[in-house]
Amino acid sequence: MAENTFTLNQRRVAFMPGQTILEAAAAAGVRIPTLCHLRGTTPTGACRICLVEVTGARSLMSACSTPAAPNMVIQTESTRVVQARKLILELLLASGEHDCLICPSCGDCQLQDLAFKYQVSPKRFNRWTDFRKTEVNPLIVRDFSRCILCGRCVQACNEVQVNRAISFGYRGKKAKIVAAGDGPLKDSECVFCGECVQACPTGALSEEKARTTWRPWKERQRVRTTCPYCGVGCQQWLHVQDGKIVKVTGVMGAEPNKGRLCVKGRFGYDFIYSEERLKTPLIKENGEFREASWDEALDLVASKFKQIVAESGPHALAGVSCARSINEDSYQMQKLFRAAIGTNNIDHCART
Amino acid sequence: MTNSFNEFARAKMFMIIGSNMVEAHPVAATFVKNAVMRGAQLIVVDPRRHALVDLAALHVPIRVGSDIALLNALMHVLIAENLYDRKFVESCTIDFDKLAANVRTYPPERAAAICGISAEMIRDLARRIASVKPMMVCYTLGITEHTCGKHNVQAVANLQMLLGNLGVECGGVNPLRGQNNVQGACDMGALPNVFPGYQAVTDADHRAKFAKAWGVAILPDTPGLMIPQMMEGLTTGKVRAFYVFGENLANTEPDIRKVEHELSSAEFLVVQDIFPNETTRFAHVVLPAAAWSENDGTFSNSERRISRVRTASPPPGLAKPNWWIFKELAKRMGRAWAADSAQAIWDEEVSVLAPQLCGIKYHRLEGDGLQWPCPDESHAGTCFLHKDGQFTCGLGVFTPVEWTPPAEEACADYPLVLSTGRRLAHYHTRTQTGRCEGLNDILGEETADISPQDAAELSIRDGETIRVRSRRGEVRIKARVSARVPRGLVWMSFHFRETCANWLTNPAFDPSTLTAEYKACAVRIEKVYTA
Ligand code: SF4
Ligand code: SF4
Ligand code: SF4
Ligand code: FES
Repeated sequence: MAENTFTLNQRRVAFMPGQTILEAAAAAGVRIPTLCHLRGTTPTGACRICLVEVTGARSLMSACSTPAAPNMVIQTESTRVVQARKLILELLLASGEHDCLICPSCGDCQLQDLAFKYQVSPKRFNRWTDFRKTEVNPLIVRDFSRCILCGRCVQACNEVQVNRAISFGYRGKKAKIVAAGDGPLKDSECVFCGECVQACPTGALSEEKARTTWRPWKERQRVRTTCPYCGVGCQQWLHVQDGKIVKVTGVMGAEPNKGRLCVKGRFGYDFIYSEERLKTPLIKENGEFREASWDEALDLVASKFKQIVAESGPHALAGVSCARSINEDSYQMQKLFRAAIGTNNIDHCART
Repeated sequence: MTNSFNEFARAKMFMIIGSNMVEAHPVAATFVKNAVMRGAQLIVVDPRRHALVDLAALHVPIRVGSDIALLNALMHVLIAENLYDRKFVESCTIDFDKLAANVRTYPPERAAAICGISAEMIRDLARRIASVKPMMVCYTLGITEHTCGKHNVQAVANLQMLLGNLGVECGGVNPLRGQNNVQGACDMGALPNVFPGYQAVTDADHRAKFAKAWGVAILPDTPGLMIPQMMEGLTTGKVRAFYVFGENLANTEPDIRKVEHELSSAEFLVVQDIFPNETTRFAHVVLPAAAWSENDGTFSNSERRISRVRTASPPPGLAKPNWWIFKELAKRMGRAWAADSAQAIWDEEVSVLAPQLCGIKYHRLEGDGLQWPCPDESHAGTCFLHKDGQFTCGLGVFTPVEWTPPAEEACADYPLVLSTGRRLAHYHTRTQTGRCEGLNDILGEETADISPQDAAELSIRDGETIRVRSRRGEVRIKARVSARVPRGLVWMSFHFRETCANWLTNPAFDPSTLTAEYKACAVRIEKVYTA
């Protein structure tokens, strides 16, 4: 028998040394549910939803933190496992106000998905925590009545983005995720990158701008694109609903950003819908702008350019291209100046 | 960048110079922070104690504009103590002797006086960067936005060649581009001296190649004007028509009053943009353009990666893609161009004409894009340049440079130095971020950041409105007293019109690149007494 293999749901599968049961199972196409596990960060084993049954082990083991070992015999959905998961889900659901009807993450919630899969609804336990305040910060809404204390946001903030703005505060029943002195995010080290929102498996963290608009199942289109701000060039998903971008998230695993975004990339998209946008060509007459058609405006520009070329030569024209627009635009503009006008007077803010 | 972002997390040592990465390139900074958590050494060279300094093994707080003195002194120590990579220098570079002779005149004691740090710190830094290999240098506009910007860049390259840190993973010289597509605009030849793909306009073969491709008899053979020369030409009448695409020059160029005078002198000004702004006010014709996410295309990031940009929603009103507007103008000037989409422009023209991009076609860009050079369609792209010491011209050339002070230094009348840059939540003149819900809540107004020492001397309290004055203008602005700022420095951004640093900045330029000295001008600050 090969050295690095184990039995997974009656199937013999290979694994790589150092892989956890979770990773090895994923590689073999078997999905084990997780809540607290955040890829690329240290496993915390906080939620226990990834429990699996390992033959010979006394208790169930958490797949996200247990290394795969040769000849383990593992069951991921045994009766014992399913029983345990149901109990965990009941506890989690009872720990807060999981009123999916008005939750911003309804339809995009790992807790909801698991409750659905294992058919668990919140009834058996009474609520046993008492802070239930929705706190609205600019951009990010924190609603601890939906928090399951999985700690993914803490991992995202501390290990992924390394902003160290939030941590676990208090103990026992009072346990809660806190920012500097249990205050609002804006008074803490928080830089509003939103990595915590992206990591949160429930509706405890959501985006203010999408909170009462985004419905995952209404999303007709998810468009992959590149951030329009700095030179890192982060890869984004634009969530488009009713013809508009309602939310932006990072593309997991993509180069160069591996799913991460900053405040501009995540929240800086809605300028395109501003009422102040230029919507029609404008021509200045007697010091005032008036609206014009494309034909009129372009004819005017072309005839003025031709006149100046005829009178003073092509070098009396100059152009500045845009370092924010697409490559194809800059290419066309330099081609216009070189091939149609006849000058190399073309530059852009290369140096700022 | 010679290297790539995905190398950051594996790097062993960083020297970050003139780059407030946490605010200007936040996601890149997260990878640096990850590396530090895994044990990488971080060295920050910067006048300010910006956020990365909190994680640094060493902060080297040099004076604004003293970079070359420091870099030369580091090389002085590396050569004097025989700590440089002799093998790399001998096999992959030329003109070492010239460099050695030049840096011999920069003993740490001399540099220390210029940089405002101790000679011991310089020696310590030199020994540290020689002790770990490879070491990655990252920089941003703190290096380039000086009258000696080009020399700064050369000094950084000299250092990395001397240490043998070029052509290796997790090493290299890595300028992080400020704007999302500066790299691309350069690659596309939106520069007065080169065609797309950095092919010189002065070269007859290149001209012939492009003339044939573009169906014209001849192409202009002399390099054109750079932006500051164009602006100057507006006042002399040398430039009669000026076409500004997407740059809010009236706020982003140094010395706003001068710039506005120049723009208002234009005989015929065409501005193509997505919003009315300070520059459109001076226009004779304004053309409404489609914005990001309203058309398809590509961006090139700092690591030379071509990534797709895609359409999510249509442009408002009559606004049109920029490439379409240029095509229509060309048609009216007697040039019919065939390409009728961004994809056609790229696949049929750009990637045919630019040798570095020949292997990059839209159908290959579906996932993570491709990094140039990518010479043919079977090529996987290039993560880091100069592999195995191969330079474009064969060997790496050491170019010795001398330190020169900023064009304007602090003096009795203007005793402080103003340096400028970006803040996290905003971008440039806020034509975009200022119109995004929530971003103004995070940062709603500009401040002038000053040191606690200077504040105490002038009895200025945090949050108090002060006047910042330079030889060119003045602004009234709130003071933010911050220990991150060293004594003698005032730091501002150019995000807000009324308090824009460019009312104050000095239109002094690097003689060869004509990059303005945004990072240094002399100012004084005053309390504002309200009656
Ligand atoms: S937004 Fe970013 S910085 Fe703020 S708490 Fe969330 S992860 Fe941390
Ligand atoms: S806020 Fe979300 S991510 Fe954070 S602990 Fe609560 S449920 Fe988990
Ligand atoms: S998300 Fe932030 S770091 Fe990434 S490209 Fe956009 S502005 Fe730059
Ligand atoms: S996912 Fe494994 S313990 Fe939470």
